[in-house]
Amino acid sequence: MNNTLPPWANYVLLPAINLLVAFIVSGLVVVAVGENPFKAAWLMIDGAFGSGRGIGFTLFYATNFIFTGLSVAVAIHCGLFNIGSEGQALVGGLGVALACLWLGAYIPWWMVLPVAIVMGASFGAAWGFLPGYLQAVRGSHVVITTIMFNFIAAALMNWLLVDWLRPVGQMGPETAVFAEGGWLPKLTGLMNFLGADVRSTPLNLSFFVALICCFLVWVLIWRTRFGYGIRTMGLSPSAAKYAGIRPARTVIIAMMISGGLAGLMALNPVMGDLHRLTLDIVQGAGFVGIAVALMGRNHPVGIVLAALLFGMLYQGGAEMAFDMPTITRDMIVVIQGLVILFAGALENMFRPQLSRFFLAMHRRGVAPEAEGAA
Amino acid sequence: MADTAAEQRVRAHPAIRLSGISKSFGAVRANRDIDLTVRKSSIHGIVGENGAGKSTLMSILYGFYQADSGTIEVDGKQVSIPHSQAAIDLGIGMVHQHFMLVHNFTVLENIMLGAEGAALLSGGMARARAELKRIEKDYQLEVDPDALTEDLPVGLQQRVEILKALYRGADILILDEPTGVLTPTEADHLFRILQRLREEGKTVILITHKLREIMAVTDTVSVMRQGQIVDTEPTAQTSVEAIAEKMVGRRVLLRVDKKPPRPGPVKLSVRDLTVVDSRKVPMVKNVSLDVRAGEIVGIAGVAGNGQSHLIETIAGIRRPTQGTVEMNGKTLDYDRLDPASLREEGMAHVPEDRHRMGLVLAFEENENAILGYHNSAAFGNGPFLSISAMREHARERIEQYDIRPPDCRLKTANFSGGNQQKIVLAREMERDPDVLLIGQPTRGVDVGAIEFIHRRIVEMRDAGKAILLVSVELDEIRALSDRILVMFDGKIVGERGAEATEGELGLLMAGVTDAESDRPAAPDLSMIDTTPGQAPAETQIPGERP
Repeated sequence: MNNTLPPWANYVLLPAINLLVAFIVSGLVVVAVGENPFKAAWLMIDGAFGSGRGIGFTLFYATNFIFTGLSVAVAIHCGLFNIGSEGQALVGGLGVALACLWLGAYIPWWMVLPVAIVMGASFGAAWGFLPGYLQAVRGSHVVITTIMFNFIAAALMNWLLVDWLRPVGQMGPETAVFAEGGWLPKLTGLMNFLGADVRSTPLNLSFFVALICCFLVWVLIWRTRFGYGIRTMGLSPSAAKYAGIRPARTVIIAMMISGGLAGLMALNPVMGDLHRLTLDIVQGAGFVGIAVALMGRNHPVGIVLAALLFGMLYQGGAEMAFDMPTITRDMIVVIQGLVILFAGALENMFRPQLSRFFLAMHRRGVAPEAEGAA
Repeated sequence: MADTAAEQRVRAHPAIRLSGISKSFGAVRANRDIDLTVRKSSIHGIVGENGAGKSTLMSILYGFYQADSGTIEVDGKQVSIPHSQAAIDLGIGMVHQHFMLVHNFTVLENIMLGAEGAALLSGGMARARAELKRIEKDYQLEVDPDALTEDLPVGLQQRVEILKALYRGADILILDEPTGVLTPTEADHLFRILQRLREEGKTVILITHKLREIMAVTDTVSVMRQGQIVDTEPTAQTSVEAIAEKMVGRRVLLRVDKKPPRPGPVKLSVRDLTVVDSRKVPMVKNVSLDVRAGEIVGIAGVAGNGQSHLIETIAGIRRPTQGTVEMNGKTLDYDRLDPASLREEGMAHVPEDRHRMGLVLAFEENENAILGYHNSAAFGNGPFLSISAMREHARERIEQYDIRPPDCRLKTANFSGGNQQKIVLAREMERDPDVLLIGQPTRGVDVGAIEFIHRRIVEMRDAGKAILLVSVELDEIRALSDRILVMFDGKIVGERGAEATEGELGLLMAGVTDAESDRPAAPDLSMIDTTPGQAPAETQIPGERP
């Protein structure tokens, strides 16, 4: 069935239809609470893209989702369902924060950044290594272990922040604010140059780090021998074994890359926005990453687009909730849930109909020709 | 043959009449305008190459698929069969190629499965037992209802499948490639059961690609080619050659032309190899064999007698428990070598199951053309793969092996079985290996491609390669091999030259070794014509473990 759709329909048309249906159902929900769905939609789109500030926030959220979407996608290419991006990002935050705390007072941000990248990625990778190792060597299912590791990560960070990293005299479980060297520059200047006024948004340089990661993931998966091994492993473990691709090694490294990408997500909130480590830096982005990867078909380009969509839902949804008192924050969660439902869980719902349609078109055009050849 | 009264009843209403059945999958037209009439109380054979549309047609009849157009009549009434329950209600039963049995259930439990009768099992169990007794008596299909299914030999498991269908009231039985897993003797038992069923008024549809079975047991034969029925004839009025020609659409060379072998030095030497599977059951027991340069050594045997484990162990996919393998005079250290490093040492492996091992079906063709050789310097620099080198390489192979369609970017799943196999063969043969392990080279491959593949294998032999061939197709083993080893229950039970008769090999395949064989005659297909009676005790069933 998969083969009957041309690629553009598979990658563009089908997600667009799914999205449309999700929005139609969301509109019905908005009608049910007594609001005008078109006005709500307008508020959401305007809130996300209508102003420089809106765009800045949308891209800030999208940055998180790009990192976690890539994290989930790399694991999926290896046949692993990494639910643990949430925890890996949190632990990655520890690595970023330590780099900024130690070095921020002595060297400028552009020297701290490489260290923060390495530490954030390696802390996240370490948190991905353990479930990967358990899966590869002990056969413990990675879905179960990564969920558990999310809780362990939360507890670990709680303990570290309360008992060790909290400065004396501070009430909240947070680190001290980094010195200036631990601050990533905002993209204010660039955006202003492009004509958008983004003075007060948290959008920062890690957006470009995310885009670079997209390219690197593409190279890794489709242009390297190791990526070939990852894909073989993900599509057919028995063929991987036949080909001499070492399953345990491939699984462990793929989980480490996945965890590393999740860990890099912490750059955005920790080094780019808050300039300190808190307990809620990830805010569910790890889970949204699953939807982003699904919707983006595990391809970096698709992930960027899906991340933008979810960034829009986060930012535009907040604006909508602000302007429409009857629509609460919970309603936004409902709409996001519907998008995940239709774009993720039910992504194949319209595939048979669409296939039939394309087949009918195909027959009309090509059948006589094929008949002649046969 | 049925008596005249039955004949008349039969003429009134055929068991099944299909008219104008068509079914497409995407752009593939699996069935085209098929008309088929199956007489009551007859055994109707349907033959055709793989991909000819036999299974699709039967799946439509059994409610797995819906026909795009056409009508189905059962017993003279037009019906629609939207799901398999509807087929069962109409008295159609199916015995699948791969048994659909729960291994840790007893025979009785398996037969009841899906027809339990009520929420509590006890009442239904007693009724089922009584009903099973009656069926067993009527058709002389004895099986111990309390035996665990996994303990039964394959032939008896198949019998359970038939009982299952009869228990559900089947009057029309569809058997899909039923003899693929059976020894020649077991196949004879099956044919006797089928004849017994026919005498009791059941209708049997037998799907197979083995022409001899068609000749031995059917009343009528329909030949399918490219989704169409090209011929339906009484079996008595046709011949193997005529059917083969209709299947392929041209005359087929069933023999392989080859020169006498010129064996050179020993290239592959296996000594006392023992392999256990994941359940710690020994699958290969103390096997020793040699393969010389320039010869083809064939391993014959019924599927599941250790051939797969043997070849996969030599290829480095499984670990040997004991014993050694030497290649080019060097002992292979399987703790250190994996399939990739063995390829570098000059061993190539065409796996038995190309879908599970030999190919990644979701890959583009050019990606599969380097599977296992993806670390080779020819396909990229350092850690990177060169897409252009991969495609260039794939295009060359496509041309050499006439792989169709000639599109190296097409998804591998979209190639036919024969062309998929050519992708694997091209990859493994063209890297100039010293030792070539080949498993089931023509399984699921159309007849035209078989000729090509056999010719390539013989060419490799003539180029001085040592070839170890495993196949469950006895004809293939006999056509290609210079020496034939027969495997039974994990052991090599005999060696024969290429001139060995089918009967000789058949006995060895059933485990009757040279020492204990006092019957010179092989189980002959003519035995089937004798009156149906109690089958001889099934003592020599492969897969049965002491």
